[in-house]
Amino acid sequence: MTAVDASPMGFLRSYGPAGDPITALQWGLLIISILVIAVIAALLLFACFRPRAHGPADAIGPEHGGVLWIVIGTAITVPILFASAVWTFATLQRVIAAPVPTYIVDVIAHQWWWEFRYRDADGNPLFVTANEIHIPVGEPISFRLSSADVIHSFWVPQLGGKTDVIPGHTNIAWLQADAAGIYRGQCAEYCGAQHAHMGLYVTAEPRREFDAWIENQKKPASVPVDEKVRQGLALFADKCSACHSVRGTAADGIAGPDLTHLMSRTTIAATLLPLNIGNLGGWVANPQALKPSALMPPSRLTPAQLQALLAFLQFLH
Amino acid sequence: MRQGTETIEIVAADDAAPAIQRLAHTWMSLPGWRGWLATVDHKEIGKRYLVTAFLFLIIGGIEALVLRVQLSLPEQSWLTPETYNALFTMHGVTMIFLYSLPVLSGFSNYLWPLVLGTRDMAFPRLNAFSYWIYLLSGVFLYASFMVGHAPDAGWFSYVPYASQYSPGAGMDVYALGMLLFGISTTAGSINFVVTLLRLKAPGMSIDRVPILVWGTMAASVGNLFAVPAASLAFFMLWMDRNLGTDFFNVAAGGQPLLWQHLFWIFGHPWVYAIVLPAQGIVSDCLPVHCRRPLVGYNAVVLATLLTMFIGFGTWVHHMFATGLPPQSLSFFSASSLIITIPSAVSVFAWLATIASGRPVFTTAFLFFAGFVLLFVIGGVSGFMTASVPADWQLTDTYFVVAHLHYVLLGINFFPVIGAAYHWFPKMTGRLMNERLGKWNFWILFTGFNLAFFPMHIAGLRGMPRRIYTYSAGLGWEMPNLITSIGSFLFGVGFLLFLINVWFSLRRGERAAANPWRAPTLEWLTASPPPAYNFALIPLVASRHPLWEPQLQTQGPRSRLHEGLLLDDGHQTIATSAMNGNPVAILQMPGDSYSPLLLALALTVACLGALLLSFWTVAFGALAALLTIASWLWPHPVATRGNI
Repeated sequence: MTAVDASPMGFLRSYGPAGDPITALQWGLLIISILVIAVIAALLLFACFRPRAHGPADAIGPEHGGVLWIVIGTAITVPILFASAVWTFATLQRVIAAPVPTYIVDVIAHQWWWEFRYRDADGNPLFVTANEIHIPVGEPISFRLSSADVIHSFWVPQLGGKTDVIPGHTNIAWLQADAAGIYRGQCAEYCGAQHAHMGLYVTAEPRREFDAWIENQKKPASVPVDEKVRQGLALFADKCSACHSVRGTAADGIAGPDLTHLMSRTTIAATLLPLNIGNLGGWVANPQALKPSALMPPSRLTPAQLQALLAFLQFLH
Repeated sequence: MRQGTETIEIVAADDAAPAIQRLAHTWMSLPGWRGWLATVDHKEIGKRYLVTAFLFLIIGGIEALVLRVQLSLPEQSWLTPETYNALFTMHGVTMIFLYSLPVLSGFSNYLWPLVLGTRDMAFPRLNAFSYWIYLLSGVFLYASFMVGHAPDAGWFSYVPYASQYSPGAGMDVYALGMLLFGISTTAGSINFVVTLLRLKAPGMSIDRVPILVWGTMAASVGNLFAVPAASLAFFMLWMDRNLGTDFFNVAAGGQPLLWQHLFWIFGHPWVYAIVLPAQGIVSDCLPVHCRRPLVGYNAVVLATLLTMFIGFGTWVHHMFATGLPPQSLSFFSASSLIITIPSAVSVFAWLATIASGRPVFTTAFLFFAGFVLLFVIGGVSGFMTASVPADWQLTDTYFVVAHLHYVLLGINFFPVIGAAYHWFPKMTGRLMNERLGKWNFWILFTGFNLAFFPMHIAGLRGMPRRIYTYSAGLGWEMPNLITSIGSFLFGVGFLLFLINVWFSLRRGERAAANPWRAPTLEWLTASPPPAYNFALIPLVASRHPLWEPQLQTQGPRSRLHEGLLLDDGHQTIATSAMNGNPVAILQMPGDSYSPLLLALALTVACLGALLLSFWTVAFGALAALLTIASWLWPHPVATRGNI
């Protein structure tokens, strides 16, 4: 994946074995389609404007004749369809044959953000994070998809096709990135007011960096003992912990994203805003101004309280 | 219907002249507002369907333009997400339900008895009823805006969003409105099926009916099987939301995918039901402007029926990403590819008709020829989404939005506008303006492609559908801006059409009975036709009764200037289903208030269900039963004159 991609959600390029056979098929079908349109358009123009001998004004052509068009046209169409069907089934076989994954990630879709629960290959739980995941380059990762509320769809176009996330029903998807980079994904099934802002990022990185990320994510939060930060921690416990967790503190809410390593992410609000202190402050103060109808209410903090809370959040690396 | 046993006499035109006044008097609706409310004349009902459907088209179109303003640039906040979601839902509901089928029912209601050479539909009062309840269902659905809670779950309203998460009463309005709409569709469908099987002119065997009739017939039979699934699903949705049932509630063991199956078992056949009659329009009208009969009548009829039939085996292609097993996905992928074959047959039949004919470049011709290209573009994008793995990328993106607009506008709207130019002189006695028509076509065609072609690109660049805004930097800005510009150009084109209708109604050139020198029976009678359609019901001997002299048909000719007078009350002739042999004289009903009253009673019952006022439901149901009793009460048949 190039550093600057003009269409980071475009799927006519892909970077892994769960997507590549589909991309080849997509190109094939697209080229067939464009050729068909071109041929039919040419035939239509020919049919309209072909030279004709003059005849009597009120003449009506005979009813027979012309059937050869149907015969030849259909005879050409059928083998193309047959070949496309065979290619479809072969591609289907290739992409549903998931290799043994090195990590399993439980994806729990919420209105309007993504919860990720990492497990090792044996299925033992490791840690919880939100909206941004890291995966090792060249290794297949399995995703077990479930929903906390309505139907969503899990989709990282440049790594593979989408799979719906349906309540009461666990779907499996797998992805593998063969090139390091940040891949963008987005919910693809209409899920309510903020369906438009339910993005996710997949960072594919070499194994060493990935391992370091994993190790960091596994740790509880380490917060220095400083008066302002302690005030922020207390505020967090009071105002935020009903919905948010920070491992290593008493905050263990599950309705909203786990914030243990908030500052290790690059965005907030399901990729809506870059993560920086200004955006974080604005978001905490009034999420409704930035993402109307999001389920997080305005915090109603005094400026001093907001400063203290932000001081605390900034230590969640 | 009553059957008579008189022997039928064939009357010559000259001898029929004295009876014409009597016919006119018999078939005329009551004067004034009483006739307006009580008429059962299929031509009146057809025109009402057309006007109402076009009004909904205008409303749905304005909604679309509002959406396009929001999406023209990234990160706009002109609309709140809630407003955007309600508008895209109502846009879809309006176009797919309140416009697409009713506009075709309008043409079919108006035209069927005329092209079949008879005097009304088989059940005239049922016909009026299906219109009234369609109108009331549309008003019911739009009343949700007045109370501030429009449906917001998209036209396919997936649960559990629609059942448990959608705020307000919008989804209840949608569910109950669709029950009313389903009643309208069912009543209309039964009427079309029986009319084809019973009311063709003598001699019009089943292989001589126009393709419009086949298309509407296929759609009607399809709807009779498809609509119950939707009515059931919407009723279950209403019960889940209001009576505490748990059909779709996961926490209580309900199944969200049950909704998707029920909805698409209806929804996919529905898509064919709203295009096959329009394809039939093209199959009948395109040849008129190409000065030759349609190439491959039998092949096109078979293709029409096969499409409807296979259309019942493709619904899962809306659900490829739901995690169903690969074997079933493969089956539905194959059926969705196979359904392309009958479409190919029709496309090559139209191409062959143009190529081997002598096309006259009328406005109507341009719309039909343009349709062929749009049909193919919509067809190949459908072919791409039929392939399961490709669809895993394409589904729920703007590629699908492009596909469905090419299909629904390309195959429904363009033929409909072409049909308006073609049959306007028959309906009004005046021709539409051709010069304005050419502008009309080219602006619509350009605007359409400018609006909807870039949606393919937005889709291939990964833009999901149904998002109220999007971020810059994803490659979506340019296609969206072009789409928004194109959609306004398209709106201008449609405005031009309305101006042409308005202008032509007043100043249009007077049309004779057959201005296009067309072959079918509607052009035999005056423009506009008298209330009784035909003074003499013609005797048909070929597929193109009015072209027989030029085609030099072998064997007996159709008898167009003599026929059955049947002037003893509201009479027409019943014929056998396959061969069109006369079997009985039918006594048809005249004006009646019962259809309107029954539609009102059922709407009151639905209103009661919306308000959870079961006394109101009971009142509506009782009123409906009483109206039905009065409807079915045997009335003495008014007879006039002598036999």
